[in-house]
Amino acid sequence: MIRKLLSVLFVCVCTNGLMAQNAELITLEKLQSIINSKDNPVQIINFWATWCAPCVKEMPMLEKLNLERKDVKVTLVSMDIDLDPNPEKVHKFIVRKNIQSRVVILDERDPNSWINKIDKSWSGALPATLVVNSATGKRKFVERQLQEGDLEKLIEAVK
Amino acid sequence: MTTIRTLMILMCAALIFAGSPVKNGYEVGDNATGFKLKNVDGKMVSLDDYKQAKGFIVIFDCNTCPYSRAYNGRIIALNKKYAPQNFPVIAINANDPATSSGDSFEEMVKCAKRKGYDFPYLVDETQAVAKAYGASNTPHVFVLNRSGNDLKVAYIGTIDDNARDESEVTRKYVESAVDALLAGKSVPTPKTKAVGCGIKWKNV
Repeated sequence: MIRKLLSVLFVCVCTNGLMAQNAELITLEKLQSIINSKDNPVQIINFWATWCAPCVKEMPMLEKLNLERKDVKVTLVSMDIDLDPNPEKVHKFIVRKNIQSRVVILDERDPNSWINKIDKSWSGALPATLVVNSATGKRKFVERQLQEGDLEKLIEAVK
Repeated sequence: MTTIRTLMILMCAALIFAGSPVKNGYEVGDNATGFKLKNVDGKMVSLDDYKQAKGFIVIFDCNTCPYSRAYNGRIIALNKKYAPQNFPVIAINANDPATSSGDSFEEMVKCAKRKGYDFPYLVDETQAVAKAYGASNTPHVFVLNRSGNDLKVAYIGTIDDNARDESEVTRKYVESAVDALLAGKSVPTPKTKAVGCGIKWKNV
């Protein structure tokens, strides 16, 4: 009986875990290793925050691409910590919007010390997106809200 | 044959240049152009109106961005400290109200009243000033230093190194820049970057 109960509990915990990912707090170093990862042909790193309306607007395009293209891996990097030390808003957002792409929360202070390490052309404004082709080593960075078709063009440009 | 080759090379070069991004906005050391924009009190404001000014703290800001809200008090404090030293704050909102309805002129008037702004809060309706300066996010500061008839860009960037908690600030970039200029010294950190809300550009 107890065993049965435990297994039911186990299944519950597992399905819950599957339904909502737990966004990991990461350092700049970890973010750089994601950017430079060779695990997928194309890495798309999107910088966003829960308070950023244009970021939320462009997110479905990134989600769709992540789901449909086997060669593309999308990582959504939340910048929320820069304004709010409590990551709860990000976790709630992931559940509410049922976000499937990998979400990480960048846990760094003093943005002036690291923004250039992501891309020299980045002012720090959100949203911003970095597309990296791990085979060619080419990268494209855009600092604006993505429009329909933009991501496909960027992926083509780093071929 | 040589002419055709030269022509082709020229065409290729033209294509390459057309594809490279145009230099946007000011760099530190550039001469800034003046402007004449409508203030929240309905009157037009120009930098030329400030005959005594030694310089300006021009801040591209808005009503809606959480970073702008985090810095409201610090911007008011900057003007309180430096306007009496003839280095006033001039705030400019360039956000397109069609994208960001909370940044309409009416909302700017309300915002300035609510926060008790004692400095101009100007609307850059055509976004021409924000584009000329190269403002990208809010709040984005340009410290201008008067040198004869010129206004030289002396600092570009963020107000300090901690948006979320003023008590944990270790570097007050704008204050250090203005203090240095008032003392006739060079600006210690002339350019910084910060996370912020992108300016809401008009869809052209």
